[in-house]
Amino acid sequence: MSFDSIHLTAILGMAAVTLAMRFGGYLLVRYVTVTGRAAAAMEAMPVAVLTALVVPTALATGPAETVAAAVTLFAAWRLPIIVAVIVGTAAVVALRLVV
Amino acid sequence: MFWTEFRRGFLDILPLLAGVMPFALLFGTLASQKGLSPVEIVLMCATVYAGGAQFVSIDVWATPVPVLAVVLATGLANARYFLMGAALRPHVTGLSWPARLWFVGIHSDETWAIALKRSQTAALTPGYVLGLTGLFYLNWPFWCLIGALVGGLIDDPARYGADFMFVAMFLCLIRGMWQGRISLVAVGASAVAGLAAQQLLPGHWYIFIGAVSGMLAAAAFWSPGSGRDESCDAKLEART
Repeated sequence: MSFDSIHLTAILGMAAVTLAMRFGGYLLVRYVTVTGRAAAAMEAMPVAVLTALVVPTALATGPAETVAAAVTLFAAWRLPIIVAVIVGTAAVVALRLVV
Repeated sequence: MFWTEFRRGFLDILPLLAGVMPFALLFGTLASQKGLSPVEIVLMCATVYAGGAQFVSIDVWATPVPVLAVVLATGLANARYFLMGAALRPHVTGLSWPARLWFVGIHSDETWAIALKRSQTAALTPGYVLGLTGLFYLNWPFWCLIGALVGGLIDDPARYGADFMFVAMFLCLIRGMWQGRISLVAVGASAVAGLAAQQLLPGHWYIFIGAVSGMLAAAAFWSPGSGRDESCDAKLEART
């Protein structure tokens, strides 16, 4: 059994914020309805976060990573997710040998 | 009655059980390479129980752990549960308190979508909800643990492009949540603002700035008639 207190704090913080989201919407909908622009912003949040997360690697690391990101996106629109992940990762390994 | 409903719920989720396995193995592998112990990985999977957000958090994870950035990134990635929890409410009011707490607390994209679909033809029952979520819930920490135990044995993961796996995974998740032009606007704004912030500011601010820019752009782009209900229906179709 190995528990690191900082790891534990981070994990419990993650759990708390996630439960707050799951129950927050459920409880609040009794009093307010999220519609229109506010709902559009909430819906866009996950893709916006994921985009921001890939930016340093996909756009600011090197040509191998940028091209491999493009290959992954191309594959993601045509293949099952797990296959697209493998294709993209294989692409970066190959491209790093070349460039 | 309970077991008929249980069986029904179980059969509805059954096709998706195996689909989670490769992602769980990958998550366990990547998390153990960031220095989390198998026990910590299982604890995270059982309490956070949100695949996409967990991949995000492990990407931000470093030594020493940036606790605030990890928690903030998890919250941002899980914000959709706010809307999903709200959408569940009218359909779970017939359930007993324990069943309601359980389902609102641990619904996932998959079980949420299937439950909403089911509630169009029949009222949700505790048996159905437990059949739907029980094994599916245990499935995630279990395969993550296997991934942690096996993946921890691989040395020099970068040689196999493991560092890029996050990026590939996130790009695929973006595709999975794609809702047409409004997504394109959000992604474009997030990429431009995130890149600028990453070049100019220290730390993890680029995540927050990119996310907020994408959200503001989506809100600005939104017009009546492209409402939330339609997109919820579209999600439902895509996932079931």
